[in-house]
Amino acid sequence: MSATTLRPRRPLFGKGFKMTLGGGIVLGAVLLAIFAPLVAPYDPYQQSLSMRMKPPAWMAGGSPAHWLGTDAYGRDLLSRLIYGSRLSILVGVASMLFSCLLGSAAGLVAGYKGGRWEQVIMRFADAQMAFPDILLAILMVAALGGSAVNLIFVLGVSRWMIYARVVFNLTRSLRQRPFVEAATLYGASDRYVIWRHLLPQMVPVLTVVSTLQVAQMVLQETALSYLGLGLPAPTATWGNILSEGSSRLFVAPWIANLAGLAIIILVWGINMFGNGLREHVDPKSRLAPR
Amino acid sequence: MLAYAARRLVILPLSLFLVVMVTFVVLRLTGNPVDIFLDVTSTPEQVAALTEKLHLDEPIPVQFLIFLRDLVQGDFGQSLQFNEPALQTVLQRLGGTLQLAGTGLLLAIVLGVTLGLVCAVWRDRLADLVISSLAVAGQSMPSFWLGILLIQLFALNLGWLPTSGAGGWRHIILPAITLATILLPNIVLITRASVLEMSGEQFVIAARAKGLSRLRVLLTHVLPVSLNPLLSFLGIQIGTLMGGSIITETIFAWPGVGRLMLTSISNRDVPVVEAGVLVIAIGIALTNLAVDLLQMLIDPRIRRH
Repeated sequence: MSATTLRPRRPLFGKGFKMTLGGGIVLGAVLLAIFAPLVAPYDPYQQSLSMRMKPPAWMAGGSPAHWLGTDAYGRDLLSRLIYGSRLSILVGVASMLFSCLLGSAAGLVAGYKGGRWEQVIMRFADAQMAFPDILLAILMVAALGGSAVNLIFVLGVSRWMIYARVVFNLTRSLRQRPFVEAATLYGASDRYVIWRHLLPQMVPVLTVVSTLQVAQMVLQETALSYLGLGLPAPTATWGNILSEGSSRLFVAPWIANLAGLAIIILVWGINMFGNGLREHVDPKSRLAPR
Repeated sequence: MLAYAARRLVILPLSLFLVVMVTFVVLRLTGNPVDIFLDVTSTPEQVAALTEKLHLDEPIPVQFLIFLRDLVQGDFGQSLQFNEPALQTVLQRLGGTLQLAGTGLLLAIVLGVTLGLVCAVWRDRLADLVISSLAVAGQSMPSFWLGILLIQLFALNLGWLPTSGAGGWRHIILPAITLATILLPNIVLITRASVLEMSGEQFVIAARAKGLSRLRVLLTHVLPVSLNPLLSFLGIQIGTLMGGSIITETIFAWPGVGRLMLTSISNRDVPVVEAGVLVIAIGIALTNLAVDLLQMLIDPRIRRH
């Protein structure tokens, strides 16, 4: 095998490159989201009957007044995409935080207490792992209704077990390490051991997992919006714009495609950054799958 | 191995019970199906009749027990949308989903393992760089947008393939590609990583020392054991495949269980949703078991009893 006999080449895209490029994209998107009112040329909800479905400026019939064109209600697409980034990023990050909190707590209890706790929590995690998370999310959104808070809750609950597994395995192996045993022998309380010895050790791994999960959450949120289970209609989210555009592919394909492009750029940036981060934390893991 | 399979089959009803119970509770939170199926002009008698038929006047634990009693007899009740037994409604569409998921999975595995091998053999060369980068891009691709792009290119612009629906073999091409792309990037990356890892093992060096050609060693010694991590991954991802099927079936109006679930959930067709969830859960559990057994067959090192 060439792989074993040759000295591995230095990869063209190193972790530094990935983190800079990915981080740059994410930072750009976050800044756009924060300063949306300053950056967006129009009000994203302002309709105009005379300006319906204008193509982007570079296409025939487009005008420089609307760089990316307009949608079926004459709303400026660029402005809607800029404002849409707010909800996509907000829901992505918040649901990641919620599922991280939920899953880490569950994994910590299961790994630290063991016994019956472990049986119940980890069997439940296994069962949910095998079930389609999007189906669970659809069921729950149908039950609770689509608002930003509900979406964050639903997405968080649908993926908590990913953190639970990681934290459970880490807790179990860390508990047997000498410094944790020593602390326990000295009479340290559970709380002390968990906060001072276990959690700090998990931060690097959890950071990597969480970063990559934000990408998944953004994709899940847009998928739910596409299925009509996201935030209610006039709200500017990327999933909503794509969903509205997909019913007008014949006449105005740019609406769906530009929204899709926005989604893939952000998610790719997050994945790039996350992969670079993982190589930094664990150099052996280059380009391993999630 | 048989004992292991038997033990797994014994635990199966327990996890299925969990799934059924959670679905039941969530569905009871979704509001009253009576309100959706009867319009405002319906008489109080009609409301009372449907309420009684669905046992909605009983407390929820009692409802659940009634539901379980019927379930054991294979009776999920009548579908509210189609007025036929709910299980029958689901099973009728199961074939469509299996066809789509099977084709998509096969496509993803064949293409993914081939590309992963190419990456591993020419590690850090141009081919690896291009394929790996595309794989990461593929992980970032919303599958429904890919479906929409395929429709635009092959159906609207070129006119080669139908935009949606089911019929001949031409109908399944675009949905299968869309579904395959959900798993493809990870299959490429896992195959790549696992072939690279196995290439350093003693038995590979021994085989090379015996004088076997590189290609021979790769295909007969490295590839079989490298498939194991891939199988573990696929076992976990069967749920994802099913979820992807819901989205793909919706984009292409493919008549399958996924789209049926989506419409049944929004129509509050509780019996169909319950039957569908159970059928999906059983399918996933059995696939997982099959994957585990297959792994034991391939790699004697992990044979349990």
